[in-house]
Amino acid sequence: MSELDLETVTSQYYDVLKELGNIGAGNAMTALSQMIGSKIDMRVPQVELLDFNELGTIIGGEEQIMVGVFLGVEGDISGSMLFLLEQSSAKHLINKVMMGMGSPDSPEFTEMECSAMQEVGNIITGAYLNSLAMITNLTIFPSPPSITIDMAGAILSVPAIEFGIYGDKILMIQSQFFDEVEIDGYFVLVPDIDSYAKILTALGLPV
Amino acid sequence: MSEIIKVGMADLKTCIAPDGVTTLGLGSCVGVAIRDTSCKVGGLAHVMLPDSTAIRNSIANIAKFADTGIEELVRQMEALGGSRKRMVAKIAGGATMFNYAGKPDTMQVGNRNVEAVKKKLEELGIPIIAEDTGLNYGRTVIFYPESGEFHIKAVGKPLSII
Repeated sequence: MSELDLETVTSQYYDVLKELGNIGAGNAMTALSQMIGSKIDMRVPQVELLDFNELGTIIGGEEQIMVGVFLGVEGDISGSMLFLLEQSSAKHLINKVMMGMGSPDSPEFTEMECSAMQEVGNIITGAYLNSLAMITNLTIFPSPPSITIDMAGAILSVPAIEFGIYGDKILMIQSQFFDEVEIDGYFVLVPDIDSYAKILTALGLPV
Repeated sequence: MSEIIKVGMADLKTCIAPDGVTTLGLGSCVGVAIRDTSCKVGGLAHVMLPDSTAIRNSIANIAKFADTGIEELVRQMEALGGSRKRMVAKIAGGATMFNYAGKPDTMQVGNRNVEAVKKKLEELGIPIIAEDTGLNYGRTVIFYPESGEFHIKAVGKPLSII
C-alpha cells in the first residue's frame, strides 16, 4: 500500500489536481448551463491545500449558510465528494431550474426547491465525476446525493474528518462561475488515500 | 473587558473568566467545554475524530482526537491552577450532517465522537452535566466559565443555553 502524504505533494501533482479540477468543474458548468438554458462563464478554479482552521476564512466564515451536496464515490476509486454553494447562489440557480417558480428572495427552501437543488447537485457532481472517469479511464460510480442546508463549518466537517484521518489539511477546489450574478461553488473531492495514488498512476505520474 | 477566544477545527483553548471560548459551525465534530467550578478556569476542545490510536500518523495534532485532545485540555487547565476534582463538562455537536447509506462508518462519526468523548471524560473522572448532541444540524457554541453557561446556536433555531 502506498503512503501518499498530502503535505509532500509536489507542484507537479498540484498542477495535475488543478487541471482535473478545472476540467471537472468545466464539465459540471456545461451540464448546468444546459439544464438552465443559459450561458455560464467560469473562472479558472483555485486548488488549495488548506489547514483546517483556514477553512472558514476561504468561504466567508464558518457560520456562512451554505447548501451542501454530498455523495459517495465507488468503483475503481472510493471516497466521497462534496459540492458547496452559497445559499443565495443556490436559490438563484434553483429559481432558474424551476423556470422562475422558486422564491429567490426568501432564505427558506421549500420542499420543491430542495428537490430541485438535489437535481442540480446530481447533475453538477455527475458531470464532474464523469470527466474524471474519462480522463483517468477509471470506473467511478457516484451514489445518489444527499443535501443539507447549514453552516459552512458544519458541512465541511464531513470531508474534513475524512482528510483528518490522514493529516491536518484539506484539498479544496473553488470554482467561481456566473451568469447574471456571481456564484461561488466549491468542490471537495475526498478520495481515500489509496485512490489518490490510483488517480495519479492512471494519469501516468509516478507515485 | 472580557474576551471571547476562538477555537478552530481540531483545536483547543483555555481561558480564565470573565473570558469565554467559542467554536463556530460544529458539525460531526464535538465541542467539549470544561470548567473548574471554583477557580473560573475554563476551556474548550473541538474534537474531530474519536481515537488517536486508530490512526497511523497521529502525533501531528493531539487536539484533533477525543482521547488526546481532552487529556491535553485538562492538563492545560491544571497548569492554570484548575483541579480535576472540581471540573465539570458540557458537550455539544456530533451531528450526522448527511443522510447517506453508502458509508455508514463515515456517517456515524458524529456518534462515535460523542461516545469517545464520554468515555474519556469518565476515565478522567469529569462528570458531564449537560449535553446537546446528535441530530442532523450544525451548532455554534460559546462557553462562559464564569457562569458555566454553554450557549448553542443553530440555523433556524432559537438560542439554547445549557
